[in-house]
Order: sequence, then C-alpha cells, then structure tokens
Amino acid sequence: MAQEKLKIATVSLAGCFGCHMSFLDIDERLFELIEHVEFDRSPLTDIKEIGQCSIGLIEGGLCNAENVHVLRNFRRHCKVLVAVGACAINGGLPAQRNPIPLAAILEEVYHTNPGLHNGVIPNDPELPLPLNKVHPIHEVVTVDYFIPGCPPSADTIWEVLTALLAGRQPVLGHALLHYD
Amino acid sequence: MSKTFTLDGKTIPFKDGQTIIQAALDAGYYIPHLCHHPEFKPHGSCKLCTVVVSGHQTASCTLQPAEGMVVESETEQLNAERRALTQMLFVEGNHFCPSCEKSGDCQLQATAYHLGMMTTHYDHFFPNRPLDASHDDYLLDLNRCILCSLCVRASRDVDGKNVFALAGRGAQTHLIVNARSGRLADTDFSATDKAAHVCPVGVILPKKRGFAVPIGERTFDKQPIDAYVDSRLARKES
Ligand code: SF4
Ligand code: SF4
Ligand code: FES
Repeated sequence: MAQEKLKIATVSLAGCFGCHMSFLDIDERLFELIEHVEFDRSPLTDIKEIGQCSIGLIEGGLCNAENVHVLRNFRRHCKVLVAVGACAINGGLPAQRNPIPLAAILEEVYHTNPGLHNGVIPNDPELPLPLNKVHPIHEVVTVDYFIPGCPPSADTIWEVLTALLAGRQPVLGHALLHYD
Repeated sequence: MSKTFTLDGKTIPFKDGQTIIQAALDAGYYIPHLCHHPEFKPHGSCKLCTVVVSGHQTASCTLQPAEGMVVESETEQLNAERRALTQMLFVEGNHFCPSCEKSGDCQLQATAYHLGMMTTHYDHFFPNRPLDASHDDYLLDLNRCILCSLCVRASRDVDGKNVFALAGRGAQTHLIVNARSGRLADTDFSATDKAAHVCPVGVILPKKRGFAVPIGERTFDKQPIDAYVDSRLARKES
C-alpha cells in the first residue's frame, strides 16, 4: 500500500521568489520529490489556506504585518519550519532599508518628484502596514532549520529536503554552504 | 632539539617567543582566528582562537606554549562558543554578504562556514553606521567592521601614519579615522599603505573595481579556510 505522502507548504514573504526559483532548479528531481510529498499552500499550487503540514519552507523576511501573520500561521501548522535563503535568515536585501526611518522612506518614494501614486502615501485598509524595520523570521517564531544562500543552490535545498524526508540531520559541506 | 606541545593530540614544535597559534599555523594546523594576522603583533580581542590549556580557556594568539603543554582546540564545546561569538559579530554589524564585495574572500564569512553557522541566531542590531566614500581610491563601509584593529596596527606599526583608531569602550567601541573631520580624504591614507590591504572583512575597499573575481574563483570558493590554515601566509611548497 502506498504510504501517505508528507505535506509541504511554501511561501515567499519579503523575498523575491528567487529561492522558489532555485527550488524549482532541482529539475527532474521534482518527480522524485512528489513521489514522497504533496504540496499544500504554496505559489506552486495556488492553495491559499495552509493545512496541517510536515514541513514549511519560508522564503523572505518580515517587512509588514501580513508577513508576521502568515509566518505565525505557518508555525502553527508545520511540524518543521525551515528558513530558506538570506532574507529569511537575516532580513537580506529588504533589511538594507533598516537604518533609514520608515517615514523618511515613504516621504522619499511618494512625496519627492516624480513620486509614485500621485504624491499620496497609499492608505488603503487592504494594504498591510509596513513594519518599522525588516526582521529575520527567527526573531518572531522558532525556526528548526536554516538554508543559507542568496539563493541557496538547488543542490543545497535538495540536500536539506532529502535529509529531512529521510529523518537525518542535513549536512551542508563546503560546496553547499554559502551566504551569497 | 626543538621543544614541542600537543594540539588535539598532534605534536607541534615551537620556537621561544612564538605563541600557540603561530606555532600551530607554522605546523599547518588551523585554529579559528579573526584578529590574529601572521604579520602582526597579537591583539587578543576576538577570542575566536580560544583553546583549552590545563582545563582553562585562553586565547591561543597571546599565550606562549611551554614544553609538553596539552592544548585542545577542535572540541564541540569550543566550536559552539566560537560559533556564538561569530553570530554576535554578524548581528552587531550589517553583514549582507550578497551585496558585499568581500564575499568569498572574507575571513569572517569563511570562519562562519567553517563553524557551520546556519543562522545568526540572535536579534539583529541593524546599526546605522556611515559609509565614508570621501577618499579618491578607497571607501570605508563601517557596517562590517569587527573591531579587529588590524588596520590600526598596520597604519601605526607599518605605515607610521596612525590613520585609524578604536574609540569608545565595551559595546560602544567603534573605529574612527584620525582627522578632525573624521573623513578618510582628510588623512594621508594611500592605496599603497599596508592598512589598505589588511582588513579581514569588507570595510576598507578599493574603489573603481568591484566583484572583479567571479563566484567560484574567489579565495574561499576554492577551498575552505582551514585548508589554507591562513590564506595570508606565504604558500608552502607541498
Ligand atoms: S564582511 Fe564578510 S561577513 Fe560581512 S557582509 Fe561582507 S562577506 Fe559577509
Ligand atoms: S576596518 Fe577592518 S581592519 Fe579595521 S578594525 Fe574594522 S574590521 Fe578590522
Ligand atoms: S585571534 Fe586570538 S583573540 Fe582574536
């Protein structure tokens, strides 16, 4: 009898989808992967609500209130939470706004000619509120594993995923561990 | 007959006046280190080189060995503490490796790889530190300074210029440029100074060239830091 497949959810918070693209770079190994797993909420499935999952892969840090909400929801639903890529681990490129006060950034973007949005700072209730600073995800929830890289290579992501599926500790040696 | 001590069970010969780390590096044995540089007097500030001697932790870049001394370095406990120190260095500054020109050639990054640092673990300070681009040939990005004092030692002891200094104490310690304006352009710093070439991280960087060496061909792409023992040591014929 076929074993029940493990569920994996993935999301991009304040990231660029580069980590997801790198994940897809595992190419034909995806076929091997879907022998063992089923994708739950993920940009790959377009499922919007997360169910109970074995593994959650988080790309990107936290730049707004919605990111925090989604991250907490992932933590509640995933047995194992994995931070994928530089932005999830240290805020990455979006966090390079951190030394500048948020008000000054909004001012520069919307009020300085030739500003966006007709010179008005958007205030639609649908829009998530930006955080004062961009944060790595471990500052808000407990994270079980980290995959450094901008993005981590397909081989690096593959090593971690196959290790987790096999129930062993992932090992990233010299060739697979990079912060860039 | 030369005197020896043991490092993780290996016999290391030493000359009088050498420190533990100097003798170890000479013998081709890596001990993690950041503020130690083969050409400079010890500073003993980063504590990455901490080893255990007779049950006590001590900086191997400042202690001289004694005949028969038993030194431990590659232990799980020491590497866990070294990793924690490295994580603190990362969160105290702004280390965004993908946009740093030193990436791949950086002693801090390579040491973190060696220690298997997967996460910065602590809350990030995200300090707001200035960038000094005033000088024609060099820029300073203080966001990445780890206060190793190598530029201070090089400028003072080799260049005879005193361009750099560490100011403040404890958590307030920071690197300053010795000019009334605080700007590098207002010093006699020059591209030929030793101080222009010793920063182990991406603070003191040459202008008008960037990311010149492609990924895959940089110092620590080729082999890990422990395989070099110290990438700044003259390569020995093997
Ligand atoms: S100085 Fe080193 S650790 Fe810091 S950002 Fe640059 S490459 Fe990364
Ligand atoms: S600028 Fe570089 S060499 Fe100077 S103290 Fe900072 S890290 Fe060390
Ligand atoms: S290398 Fe010894 S304290 Fe830094």
